[in-house]
Amino acid sequence: MKVRQRMRIVVAGHGPTAHRLIETLVERGFDGTITVFGEEPRPAYDRVALTSYLSGKSVDDLTYRVPDGVSVRTGVKVVGVDRAARTVATDAGYSEPYDVLVLATGSAPFVPPVPGRDLPGCFVYRTIDDLDAIREASRDARAGVVIGGGLLGLEAADALRGLGLETHVVEMSGWLMPRQVDEGGGSVLRNHIEALGLTVHTGAGVRSIEAGPDGRVAALVRPDGEAVDAQVVVFSAGVRPRDELARDCGLEVGERGGIVVDEGMRTSDEHIYAIGECALAAGMVYGLVAPCFAQAEVAADRILLGSAAFTGADMSTKLKLLGVEVAQFGAMSGALDVTYMDPVAGVYKRLFVSDDATTLLGGICVGDAGPYNALRPFVGRPLPGAPSDLLFAGAGTTSTDLPDDAQVCSCNNVTKGRICAAIADKGLTDVQGIKDCTRAGTTCGSCVPMLKQILVKSGVDVGKALCEHFTHSRAELFDIVSVRGITTFSQLIAEHGTGRGCDICKPVVASILASLGRGHILDGEQATLQDTNDHFLANIQKNGTYSVVPRIPGGEITPDKLIVIGEVARDFGLYTKITGGQRIDLLGARVEQLPAIWRRLVEAGFESGHAYGKALRTVKSCVGSTWCRYGVQDSVGLAIALELRYRGLRSPHKLKSAVSGCARECAEARSKDFGVIATEQGWNLYVGGNGGFKPRHADLLAADLSTDDLVRTIDRFLMFYIRTADRLQRTAAWLEGLDGGLGYLREVIMEDSLGICADLDAQMERHVATYVDEWRAAIEDPDKLRRFVSFVNAPGIPDPSISFETERDQIKPVLIPLEAVRS
Amino acid sequence: MTILNETATRTDRWTPVCSYTDLLPERGAAVLVGTRQVAVFRTFDGALYALGNFDPFSGAYVLSRGIVGTRGGEPTVASPMHKQVFSLVTGVCVDDPGVAVPTYPIRVTDGTVEVSVV
Ligand SMILES: Cc1cc2nc3c(=O)[nH]c(=O)nc-3n(C[C@H](O)[C@H](O)[C@H](O)COP(=O)(O)OP(=O)(O)OC[C@H]3O[C@@H](n4cnc5c(N)ncnc54)[C@H](O)[C@@H]3O)c2cc1C
Ligand code: SF4
Ligand code: FES
Repeated sequence: MKVRQRMRIVVAGHGPTAHRLIETLVERGFDGTITVFGEEPRPAYDRVALTSYLSGKSVDDLTYRVPDGVSVRTGVKVVGVDRAARTVATDAGYSEPYDVLVLATGSAPFVPPVPGRDLPGCFVYRTIDDLDAIREASRDARAGVVIGGGLLGLEAADALRGLGLETHVVEMSGWLMPRQVDEGGGSVLRNHIEALGLTVHTGAGVRSIEAGPDGRVAALVRPDGEAVDAQVVVFSAGVRPRDELARDCGLEVGERGGIVVDEGMRTSDEHIYAIGECALAAGMVYGLVAPCFAQAEVAADRILLGSAAFTGADMSTKLKLLGVEVAQFGAMSGALDVTYMDPVAGVYKRLFVSDDATTLLGGICVGDAGPYNALRPFVGRPLPGAPSDLLFAGAGTTSTDLPDDAQVCSCNNVTKGRICAAIADKGLTDVQGIKDCTRAGTTCGSCVPMLKQILVKSGVDVGKALCEHFTHSRAELFDIVSVRGITTFSQLIAEHGTGRGCDICKPVVASILASLGRGHILDGEQATLQDTNDHFLANIQKNGTYSVVPRIPGGEITPDKLIVIGEVARDFGLYTKITGGQRIDLLGARVEQLPAIWRRLVEAGFESGHAYGKALRTVKSCVGSTWCRYGVQDSVGLAIALELRYRGLRSPHKLKSAVSGCARECAEARSKDFGVIATEQGWNLYVGGNGGFKPRHADLLAADLSTDDLVRTIDRFLMFYIRTADRLQRTAAWLEGLDGGLGYLREVIMEDSLGICADLDAQMERHVATYVDEWRAAIEDPDKLRRFVSFVNAPGIPDPSISFETERDQIKPVLIPLEAVRS
Repeated sequence: MTILNETATRTDRWTPVCSYTDLLPERGAAVLVGTRQVAVFRTFDGALYALGNFDPFSGAYVLSRGIVGTRGGEPTVASPMHKQVFSLVTGVCVDDPGVAVPTYPIRVTDGTVEVSVV
């Protein structure tokens, strides 16, 4: 293609859209000059990630890299356009000639005409400077109000909360986020947000903002006269396109603002384009970054004499606000709809379908955006399953089912076909490669799991090798060990691996051997495979001592046993703490003390709690129907039965569980790998939940099960997970990565679609039948006991490097200062 | 007498620490030599190695309790605390070669393991 020589492009505004334009022009070999004027004192940055600036990201982290050869003038505002002379005037006093002018001036927050809106302490939420000012003002503030309960308002509210303010949100409409969710979704969202301690006022306006004696904001007054204490007020009541330059030079603008452009993003002057939030394109001003990027790419293409067109964009949104997932895609109404609402779990999902119930029109999700990724590409297409099934995390649909023209990354408008083509043509092997080649996954990141699936489906080996000693994945090793009847690590590595193993593959193989019931974990060679925790049947602490956690099934314990724990802790000088799993942790035991401690505990009827193993930890319970006036089933009884059934079961990662006696869910079962909630008819089983670093609510696998069916289903769920999961993969990640998701899981373990259920059942029966208490087995075996000394050549001497001081009447480790020792 | 692994040049102050059979293949044990804590290891092929027991990353005396294995053929131990891997031969941390732990000469005399910490 021939490009007009030395064309001079001037860009007014340096925001994300201007950046995308420049980047595209440079990438495509534009060889004229590009001059960008930005009113802000810094080059363009990622405004979508603005809030992360308050939680520790630096300006540098957020700033885009300006391509070489582009001249960016920061802190300079364009103040006028002379269309006849083709120059722009700047507030720096000079003007700049152009052949093509691109207006990318974005939008400005709308501040409603409320009395007091100019008082010190009132802010908007749009730029890094705004955030600096809000942070500064929050230092001496107690409370803050955000006016506007939309997407940006809630984000601002979260920021105020993060700055330590008591936070209120005032929303004119009847519910929060009216543009993305309906009333039902809004009420579920409100519950989530109130649970975080924010106060929500819906259907409420603002009469005035009042100053205190110091002349700064002190309160906000509602129309009903009620005053809300606030030293910081943030306006987030929508944005208005910055079309003033266009108006002043006589370009056509829309009735309600926005610079009118054609499908090539050209304004009513053929030398001037407008893109991003200032443009009125395809009849609308787009306030999300994805359509703005698409517009920038169209304008770049047209400048380079191409013929790309912008004909409107998908306004689907998926976000996580204050820890709550909210998603909306396609239409927000339809002839028919299917709604799922679980107010206890805080989940609301609604799908809209055509009147003949065959075509998906759109959907709304609050609390669980699972269906978004799976279903958004199907908007306007035949439904991939029964609507009610689809509501459960978009069950059964995966990216292979997607047609090639389905959009996978909505932020960057990348289709599945383009991704597959890039994988094939460039031989891509990882997500990073896809990102580099197609830009998919580089903006909000919500499509990354789909990118991974597409890679796998394209037959790419995504690095499953466990470590340098085995080219297999954990699941493959499990099959090898199980099918070939392998009983030792040495045999496995000699026949299927190289070298002598390491801290990665050895514990994995130890766990597989244990899951398959091949002997005590400290028998013979198996002992050498174990991590120190499994090796010493206790958890190592930072000073090299260990903690001891006896099992207390279901959290139920007699007074006598409680007293024994107290006595043991006192006699051995241990630190005691109640754990989150409803049991008691005894910390500070030296290696040589462990057998003596266990002996005392075992005599009193305790056994190992397996806190040290990648194994079942606890089955937490609430008091349930025996005591609680709301309870509908005996949650304690079930929890004890489950804990005793699965105790000691080795798995790819730790397993946690809980049983609640009614839908009030006091035991927090939905944050567990498998959680059970009592119903009038029986038990609901939830799987794949997780607290910790990346919390996830468990998904409902089956409802109203009898106790027998429940136990059988859990047996199979656990065994199937143990067989197929990766090393250190919790059930949450396993389930998310499982091809076909929850629907597939149901088929395998409830309908026996693979014909393996008898096998899974038998494996679990074997586990239950061969369970032995690992502590008892250790103290009864002199050979195993020999390792429990600090020094083999001085068994009576405790490790002299371990010492304690006292804090709140208990011991606390004295640590060795690191630098001193290193030198 | 067999010398299984002798890395130092002057090795005249040998301290007997345990019998060879006290050591499990591919597992370590801590021994006290004077006031010094030494981690002794027996690898799969029967060779012996001795390192300082102090883990410089965590500040705890725990290296003897790590998992023994190989990295590219070289025998190693992984700290049980934060899993940094150390060469049993040189004491150098494979993951962070700027850090190393001391190594000590070790041998077997008539079935007794001896360490020299001079
Ligand atoms: C807190 C926050 C969170 C957001 N989160 C999301 C999200 O999760 N998802 C999403 O899709 N979108 C989100 N957005 C919206 C997204 O940031 C915008 O769609 C995007 O910034 C639009 O880019 P733009 O370049 O068109 O406009 P802007 O980002 O507004 O950039 C325009 C720039 O031009 C400058 N300018 C204006 N007039 C002139 C002039 N006359 N001379 C020189 N310079 C001028 C302005 O100072 C500004 O720097 C969020 C926005 C905010 C504020
Ligand atoms: S979950 Fe239900 S039964 Fe259990 S304690 Fe709470 S209210 Fe009671
Ligand atoms: S959908 Fe946001 S990065 Fe792909």
